[in-house]
Amino acid sequence: MVENRPISRYIAHGILIIGVVITFLPIWLAFVASTHPVDRLLNDQMPFWPGDQLLENYGTVLSEGMKKAGGVPVGTMMLNSLIMALAIAIGKIFISFLSAFAIVYFRFPFRRTIFWMIFITLMLPVEVRILPTFEIVANLGMLNSYGGLIIPLIASATATFLFRQFFLTVPDELLEAARIDGAGPMRFLKDILLPLSRTSIAALFVIQFIYGWNQFLWPLLVTTDQSLYTIVMGIRSMITVGDSEPTWHLIMATVILAMLPPVLVVMLMQRQFVKGLVETEK
Amino acid sequence: MAEKRVTFKKSTIAWLLVAPQLAITLVFFIWPASQALYQSLWQEDAFGLNRDFVWFDNFSRLFDDPSYQHSLIVTIIFSLSTAATAICFALLLACKADKLMRGSQTYKTLLIWPYAIAPAVAGALWWFMFNPTVGILAYIARGLGYDWNHFLNGDDALILVILASAWKQISYNFLFFLAGLQSIPKSLIEAAAIDGASSTKRFWTIIFPLLSPTTFFLLVVNCVYAFFDTFAVIHATTRGGPSQATQTLIYKVYKDGVEGNDWSSAGAQSVVLMIIVCLLTVIQFRFIERRVHY
Repeated sequence: MVENRPISRYIAHGILIIGVVITFLPIWLAFVASTHPVDRLLNDQMPFWPGDQLLENYGTVLSEGMKKAGGVPVGTMMLNSLIMALAIAIGKIFISFLSAFAIVYFRFPFRRTIFWMIFITLMLPVEVRILPTFEIVANLGMLNSYGGLIIPLIASATATFLFRQFFLTVPDELLEAARIDGAGPMRFLKDILLPLSRTSIAALFVIQFIYGWNQFLWPLLVTTDQSLYTIVMGIRSMITVGDSEPTWHLIMATVILAMLPPVLVVMLMQRQFVKGLVETEK
Repeated sequence: MAEKRVTFKKSTIAWLLVAPQLAITLVFFIWPASQALYQSLWQEDAFGLNRDFVWFDNFSRLFDDPSYQHSLIVTIIFSLSTAATAICFALLLACKADKLMRGSQTYKTLLIWPYAIAPAVAGALWWFMFNPTVGILAYIARGLGYDWNHFLNGDDALILVILASAWKQISYNFLFFLAGLQSIPKSLIEAAAIDGASSTKRFWTIIFPLLSPTTFFLLVVNCVYAFFDTFAVIHATTRGGPSQATQTLIYKVYKDGVEGNDWSSAGAQSVVLMIIVCLLTVIQFRFIERRVHY
């Protein structure tokens, strides 16, 4: 048997606790900073326990935003982020589901060409093709619109692959039985494939929601209209605000608000999250 | 390519089903990518009136440019340090979590959620902790006799973005290492223990070799992450500075193209980046069969 000494167990716990502390420390400090008045942060040594300004600070950022950074209320930015994240997650799942269905269950000309065309998009993350894509979006007049924020990010080779792999494991007998009962392709899609794919869809949703919420570069390029700012990119304009010392208490309140929704999604849907992460990388 | 035995015949419906994805792929992926490839072979004059076909001049000028070479070196140092830090730390934590009979699930829950944090947010958090006036880590560094200032010192700034990027990536690596470790048959470890192998020896002769497909996969994924996703970390904090010390390749494309309006150089840079992603993806796919299954 493998030796199981208490001492090595204590060491393991010790190292893991250090890991957890390193994971939590930045968040804790940000939270503490967001609950103090700004003078307390600038004049004294950084406090370690929360102060009493929690409601005031969060109220200010949510309704007014930061004056010096253009004063977009964080509430508006969060709403934009939410719209963008949901539209990207749902849109990706929707179009990938349909195209994977077509590629697996139909025989039609250029099927393989289309498959490979979708496949190579895997190699072109947004960051690589920013400039040419930006030009095209500008030519289409889609700057400063939700469409411009969302549609270019909606095509996803990963989701198409995930669904394709899954459809290939669905027994052929199901299709044969459905056919004998007189179901057409759309009926089969809706009544048989969709219910079977529920867990895959949930897993993908978690991953794609996080992906959409955390977008930074794309909103930065496409939006100049402040009412369309997303929260993750809004943080940047708060940090780099001229020469004056940044108002850390408001920035950190925004940072906490920016990470809250995706972290909650991961916490609440942990099983689907792990499944999605492992499967999208296959 | 695997095929279904039973299929539908109506190809009109099939075309309608792939149409949305196909349209978006063509308009926003294939078209811009080919535009970039095409434009990178031309040289436009300052007014955009004339342009000449210059073959690979844009590329040779790019690689002769000292600031591009500098940025290439920064990117390599940055990516390798980020990947190495995140992988080593995650491996250590995963090995310890795997050892525990009880509690490993709790630690997993506590360790994996930073995956959800945006790179820009991770950057802001570390930027705050290292801030020379208010940051707690800068204060500790001063206490240890080191005058931390990422506004002036390029090395400090680079360390800052490496730590912020690695911190966020640990959760991802941890999850994959833990899954990899749990798939190693316990009988192998027990047999080695009976033969008298110490726990260090068991790690290096059994666990680490069996884990190497996971490690390799994570190395590629972490490099891709460090190359591209960390744009937000850098842009939200150091903005490439001080004096280009944290200017990675992807940041340089943005800076030259969007801020500097030098489109032909930025186009060539985009193409170089595309080639790098393609290479990394091909490497990843070539080795995918050798990976362990979860």
